[in-house]
Amino acid sequence: MGDTAAATGYKILQKETLSDVTKLMVIEAPQVARKAQAGQFIIIRIDERGERVPLTIADYDRNAGTITLILQEVGKSTMQLGAMKVGDTVASFAGPLGHPTEIKNYGTVVCVGGGVGIAPIYPIARSLKEAGNYVVSIIGARNKGLLFWEEKMKAVSDELHICTDDGSYGRKCLVTDPLKELLESKRRDVAHIWAIGPAIMMKFVALATKPFNAPTTVSLNSIMIDGTGMCGGCRVPLTEGAQFVCVDGPEFDGHKVDWNSLMSRLQFYKTEEQAAVEAYKHKCNLDIAAEKGGA
Amino acid sequence: MAELTAKQRMEIPRNEMPAQDAKVRAGNYLEVATGYSEETARLEAERCLQCKKPQCVEGCPVGVRIPQFIKALREGDMAKAVAEMKVKNNLPAICGRVCPQENQCEGKCIVGKKGEPVAVGRLERFVGDYELQHRTCPLTKAPATGKKVAVVGTGPASLTCAVDLGREGHKVTMFESLHTPGGVLVYGIPEFRLPKGVVFGEIDYAIKCLGIDIRTDYVIGRTLTLKDLLEEYDAVFLGTGAGLPMFMRIPGINLNGVMSANEFLTRVNLMKGYLFPEYDTPVKVGRKVAVIGAGNVAMDSARCAYRLQAMQAKEGEDHEVHIVYRRSMEEVPARAEEVHHAQEEGVIFDLLTNPIEIIDDGKGNVKAMRCIRMELGEPDASGRRRPVEIKGSEFDMEVDTVIVALGTSPNPLVFVDADGLERTKHGTTVANLETGRTTKPKVWAGGDIVTGAATVISAMGAGKRAAADMHAFLSGNGTW
Ligand SMILES: Cc1cc2nc3c(=O)[nH]c(=O)nc-3n(C[C@H](O)[C@H](O)[C@H](O)COP(=O)(O)OP(=O)(O)OC[C@H]3O[C@@H](n4cnc5c(N)ncnc54)[C@H](O)[C@@H]3O)c2cc1C
Ligand SMILES: Cc1cc2nc3c(=O)[nH]c(=O)nc-3n(C[C@H](O)[C@H](O)[C@H](O)COP(=O)(O)OP(=O)(O)OC[C@H]3O[C@@H](n4cnc5c(N)ncnc54)[C@H](O)[C@@H]3O)c2cc1C
Ligand code: SF4
Ligand code: FES
Repeated sequence: MGDTAAATGYKILQKETLSDVTKLMVIEAPQVARKAQAGQFIIIRIDERGERVPLTIADYDRNAGTITLILQEVGKSTMQLGAMKVGDTVASFAGPLGHPTEIKNYGTVVCVGGGVGIAPIYPIARSLKEAGNYVVSIIGARNKGLLFWEEKMKAVSDELHICTDDGSYGRKCLVTDPLKELLESKRRDVAHIWAIGPAIMMKFVALATKPFNAPTTVSLNSIMIDGTGMCGGCRVPLTEGAQFVCVDGPEFDGHKVDWNSLMSRLQFYKTEEQAAVEAYKHKCNLDIAAEKGGA
Repeated sequence: MAELTAKQRMEIPRNEMPAQDAKVRAGNYLEVATGYSEETARLEAERCLQCKKPQCVEGCPVGVRIPQFIKALREGDMAKAVAEMKVKNNLPAICGRVCPQENQCEGKCIVGKKGEPVAVGRLERFVGDYELQHRTCPLTKAPATGKKVAVVGTGPASLTCAVDLGREGHKVTMFESLHTPGGVLVYGIPEFRLPKGVVFGEIDYAIKCLGIDIRTDYVIGRTLTLKDLLEEYDAVFLGTGAGLPMFMRIPGINLNGVMSANEFLTRVNLMKGYLFPEYDTPVKVGRKVAVIGAGNVAMDSARCAYRLQAMQAKEGEDHEVHIVYRRSMEEVPARAEEVHHAQEEGVIFDLLTNPIEIIDDGKGNVKAMRCIRMELGEPDASGRRRPVEIKGSEFDMEVDTVIVALGTSPNPLVFVDADGLERTKHGTTVANLETGRTTKPKVWAGGDIVTGAATVISAMGAGKRAAADMHAFLSGNGTW
């Protein structure tokens, strides 16, 4: 039921492989593209049995009526989505959700993107650049294979710093290193910092900027269900009390987030998630075996 | 059956509702109450005295023509019984299952003064189920008026409003933020109490007969705003309910293992978490669950949790679900039948008990819940005796999951770009209760968005009254 939209579905128009586990997809959803802004997200559901997965709007094209997503395959749903082909459809696609990033001319801003977080930081950096800011971007990943969009980031940044954990590309360091150096050197008066990436990275960015009292916005990725403020599953404790990431966020003041609570809540369904991945892989293997057997 | 005297009618005992055995059903999600047979329904119908001034109708929030439908039913004229029912109630198969009849029609029934009231709800369900299968009372549509109406939300208020406007020939488009229509009927009330087939049967039929367009995945306030809708439609009805969960402000409320009833029920019902990993959304309950609250939402959470535990339990493993409520059994707000069913199934009631802290296991998970015993003092503003803490009675209840079912308020997203739409300090929308008109021209509202969390039938009543006023307005007889 509810198949009024699902009957037609939302079509995958384009797909690119950015790394082994990172895929880009362009999806047709004109009603979402019409209102989409940097910093917002959508909720996707693959099929009638699928879960509701939040993904950031990495780009949008109002004229073409499309939304670009970048996904990292970390579990059953993202693997299944990553295996879909151009022309396939997904059952639900709701958005744009959450508050957009507050774009204005701050002066000098820093945009930090870690891993798949490079995707959502890109439209923010672009909008900040268009608003006249001096944009310093820092992107990082575990290794070269996981980095993407270097050229796109370069095009919207006045400075671009690249880090890898293993030194396979760019500088061998964490994203917090160039950030600290910039703040310590005082060579520019940094007005605002955005950081998007794994919770642990955002935590350390917030810790690094705290001594300088540099305003730091992070985009949180708590576990969600509806994405519309109905369940409270996405709540995150802030110094002034818990807020719902889906409607009050996803961006928050990084200095106010209770990072340990956020990270612990992200782990709650770990056992079930692993079971789902095992079942999914098993089913894929059976499908392959069946195809071979049939041939 | 020959015509009976009133005395004879009153001597017929009230017919029990056949139900799945409590032990069996506590391990499955199939419907608990299986419904009257035709024979039983007609026998129950004989108990009605056909009062000249029927009290039952007074007790019904929408004034269902109760004696009339019961008369037709006992005469075996099912088509007429359905037609009488549908004068006031579009969705009898749903209401018959979920209305709190003991406070409404049955609470007022004259037969109940001396014995047990006529089982109006069970008869209503029988008639509704008959109609679902036989469709003797087709929905017909007046010629197209050329007017376009947007109905936001797809719960009982919106469904009723949309159907009534569709029948008048207006072009109705419904907008739903979730991927499935039905509102609380689908995401909240569990399958074993209200099978989703019943809800979807009604929705599909309305779409088919009236050409109503349902757009799922449309979050009003985000995908489109009220302002956008007013530019495209001649009238807008808001029936977005009260879905924003409230949490208690006690230490430990954000620990892993503490969730709102909405989260738990949405995972179970809407996302079919009880079928994980066949369905993708997991839902986790521990071996010892505490549900805070004692309304319908709390009963549903407790009974879902108990079933889930039974389905996930290893051989011989114990499991418990507790309802933790600060007042006494007398004040429990849930439907009587649900309380009774929950007790039969094995849910434990800890009454006059209030949680004051949720305790961490050191790794961010729930280990226990600290509670304090209460006693009833003087009546408060609601007329109920106020519970007061008994000093020094604190104790720890060992639990690993806490489900909070303490009420909800309207979801604020729909109010984005809605200048002039007045709200109360509780977040509910200000609307005329007779007409549903809000303070913003061409916008009507009804159901939980206006009243705060209430009942299915009151939401339907509001949808119906608003539809009548909207139709008058659209036909040009009404001015704003
Ligand atoms: C507002 C928002 C925006 C997001 N944007 C993107 C995006 O643009 N691209 C992208 O790849 N991912 C994004 N995510 C994360 C993405 O939603 C999750 O990775 C996805 O739900 C995992 O589903 P799964 O079934 O594949 O994995 P699961 O089996 O559910 O999880 C696998 C692993 O991922 C972790 N995990 C689960 N849910 C989340 C989560 N919500 N965030 C982070 N880790 C999680 C689990 O702890 C587990 O270790 C976003 C999340 C939010 C809340
Ligand atoms: C678990 C539970 C058990 C209950 N049991 C009973 C019972 O036994 N008997 C009884 O009489 N009542 C019961 N109730 C109460 C009853 O279900 C509600 O009072 C009734 O459903 C309210 O109807 P509504 O049409 O106002 O809104 P809802 O049923 O809440 O529907 C609102 C709809 O609007 C959608 N929506 C919200 N915001 C937006 C937006 N911005 N854009 C688009 N769509 C939006 C929602 O997703 C939802 O589908 C129960 C409630 C719950 C939660
Ligand atoms: S009050 Fe009872 S006996 Fe009288 S008409 Fe209503 S159901 Fe029948
Ligand atoms: S995801 Fe349900 S409230 Fe945020």
